[in-house]
Amino acid sequence: MELLLDSLFNGVAIGSVLLVAALGLAIVFGLMGVINLAHGELMMLGAYTTYVTQLIFKLPILKPFYNSYIIVSIFLAFIVSGVVGILLEKTIIRKLYGSPLETLLATWGVSLILQQFVRSVPLAYGTGLVISLLIGLFLPTTFPSKIKESINFRYFKFSSWIFAALTGVLTGSVISSSVSKLSRASARNVDVTAPSWMRGQVEIIGTAFPKTRLMIIVITLISVIAITLFLNQSAWGMRIRAVTQNRQMSDCLGISTEKVDIITFGIGSGLAGVAGVAVSLLGSVGPNVGGNYIVGCFMVVVLGGVGNLLGTVLASFGIGIMTDLIGAGRLLSIWPDMPLPLSNTINFFATTSMARVMIFALIVIFLQFKPTGLFPQKGRMVEN
Amino acid sequence: MRISRRILAGLATASLAVTATSCGGGGTSGSFDDTVTVGILHSLSGTMAISESTLVDTEKMAIEEINAAGGVTVGGKSYKIEYIVEDGASDWPTFAEKSKKLIDQDGVPVVFGGWTSASRKAMLPVYESKDAFLYYPIQYEAQECSNNIFYTGATPNQQSEPATDFMYKRSPAAGGDFFLVGSDYVFPRTSNTITKAQVKQLGGKVVGEDYLPLGNTEVAPIISKIKKALPEGGIIINTLNGDQNVAFFKQIQDAGITPSSGYYVMNYSIAEEEISTIGPEFLEGHYGAWNYMMSIDTPASKKFAASFKKRWGADRVVADPQESAYNMVYLWKQAVEDAGTFDDNAVREALVGQKFDAPQGPVEVMPNHHLSQTVRIGEINAEGGFTILEETGVVLPQAWNQKHPSSKGFACDWTDPSKGEKYKL
Repeated sequence: MELLLDSLFNGVAIGSVLLVAALGLAIVFGLMGVINLAHGELMMLGAYTTYVTQLIFKLPILKPFYNSYIIVSIFLAFIVSGVVGILLEKTIIRKLYGSPLETLLATWGVSLILQQFVRSVPLAYGTGLVISLLIGLFLPTTFPSKIKESINFRYFKFSSWIFAALTGVLTGSVISSSVSKLSRASARNVDVTAPSWMRGQVEIIGTAFPKTRLMIIVITLISVIAITLFLNQSAWGMRIRAVTQNRQMSDCLGISTEKVDIITFGIGSGLAGVAGVAVSLLGSVGPNVGGNYIVGCFMVVVLGGVGNLLGTVLASFGIGIMTDLIGAGRLLSIWPDMPLPLSNTINFFATTSMARVMIFALIVIFLQFKPTGLFPQKGRMVEN
Repeated sequence: MRISRRILAGLATASLAVTATSCGGGGTSGSFDDTVTVGILHSLSGTMAISESTLVDTEKMAIEEINAAGGVTVGGKSYKIEYIVEDGASDWPTFAEKSKKLIDQDGVPVVFGGWTSASRKAMLPVYESKDAFLYYPIQYEAQECSNNIFYTGATPNQQSEPATDFMYKRSPAAGGDFFLVGSDYVFPRTSNTITKAQVKQLGGKVVGEDYLPLGNTEVAPIISKIKKALPEGGIIINTLNGDQNVAFFKQIQDAGITPSSGYYVMNYSIAEEEISTIGPEFLEGHYGAWNYMMSIDTPASKKFAASFKKRWGADRVVADPQESAYNMVYLWKQAVEDAGTFDDNAVREALVGQKFDAPQGPVEVMPNHHLSQTVRIGEINAEGGFTILEETGVVLPQAWNQKHPSSKGFACDWTDPSKGEKYKL
């Protein structure tokens, strides 16, 4: 029983890392069909946001709230990656809808730019830049409609960008002067240390579970529930689904597809940021952190069936449980006296590297029989 | 404790500054007869840049020190050392290409370079075909002995073997079972083959081993295997690379695999630089084995650390790879002066038998182009350094490991033409 529980927990833990990382991609790639190779770098921005938040919470004013920095950083990471995603959509991806190969190349370029950006720009000023973007993009939308409709709106827009730039420079220099670690650019990997209440283990039914793993599972669950509710219950969610199924018809019916694209891409990117927070709890944070997850993300989305969240969820937990079963050689402890050839085979694959080979092989075989994944999408988009 | 240390460092720097100014008059750039240009080839971009750029800094410092002391004297003429730095870009073919450029176009008499075994393996044919000379400063898996490479890092018998011995006989987990963890590439696999043979000889047991593919940070399956194989604690030998250590130590600590519960990790790739990145709070109580540790309490060691901090910033640390890089520049200078020429072959002959009073203690170049070195075992402390527990005498290098089944009974000797790269003992 304990063994089973342990194995199940491990599988769920591995799977939830995959799931939280792939969730944003399931929306961007699954619903919009955009092959976003910069998804990993949006995760990386989320991880760096956690690091910056952690350092800012060490300042004397915020010190009493230090223990809650990780919660705050989840929201901040969503906003940061979301804003960068929106900028990406507005400037590059919008012009490339319907041309997957070009999107692939362009987003790969963006991923390289983002990696180099965190290497060569001090994080304090990086934070300032994100704040500028946030203000510049959203301040004009808060103006009363009277101003929005006037001819002089572009001047208002322009001046709000100037205001945004100034605020960004100001925050950048304030942070840079108060947190010395953020004032210099460095290619060195940095480290997020979980607050003390999240370190160590908790005991549930006689088995000890690491708290950080439980936290990641909770983050994943909340993200999945929130996004499902959003897509199925809210008006914008309905519009997103409508555009996914039939873009022209939705356009004819008065849905602003442009706005839908921005929102969808922003949410997908924001979820990548949340994944970044989760990932920062497991390893170190560096420019390459996203690259390690991108293949896994695409694998999960393709296996689950493009455009289907339930498929993504099942695929991640499936891969997680398989990784643990094969990689840790669990079958041997469940059935200790199996025939020798069989146990030798299992031992051979019971290393992390070989388990990976095995899982990829299984996925390839699976896709031979179901090329569209676990839950293929039905609808007009597929028929086209 | 911390304050007294700081004052000490300050005093050391101050005294150094005084000596530097007092003898600065003799070594100004105007007084050289000629210049000689050497090549420096490390990754300045890509994943290895973080580690390898520290070597470039150290090599530059060694060259500046030599120049300040009057340069290299060859045939009665004094030469100022100049250098060309090339970027290997963490890409192994680039290392080979840049080596060709340095040898053919720039005509350098020597190249100081490399970090990963893969980069060395890529460069080796270039140096052998052009009969040029590479100085390689990293502790590595050995099983190689080129006439054209000079290795100043430790071989396994100068690092992992004494460490395994310590863990099995004298550590708090003495007599316990072993679990081996490494990144999935040549160094960990070779090193672990040697460790397994040694543990068997000692009468111990290796109960498991696993390798993490490079770039993978999911340690959960390895943790469950460790817990299954070593339920009551034991010895873990860690040869993980770079960032994977961060993931490993964060996750094993969360899973309760700590020194206080009887698990002791011996690390072969974690030096002072890495401790500060990973965070001492995750590593305290675990072990490391190196030839040089910053906490060595000798004037030579303190001077080395102080000069480096003075040159590159007070927050910088020195570690074993940097010490090797520092030694190799000085050894080359001595060999050139003894040979009386910059010519490769004469320098190669003069090099064997060179002695140098290195920061780690005396080192000597052996006929197999490796160095005799001192081995130290240290426990990682809360300040982010090593508390040195043991120190061997000078250990001779084995280019062909005597515990690895494929090389047992072989050795290398370039001073005797009948022996060469690999001969039977």
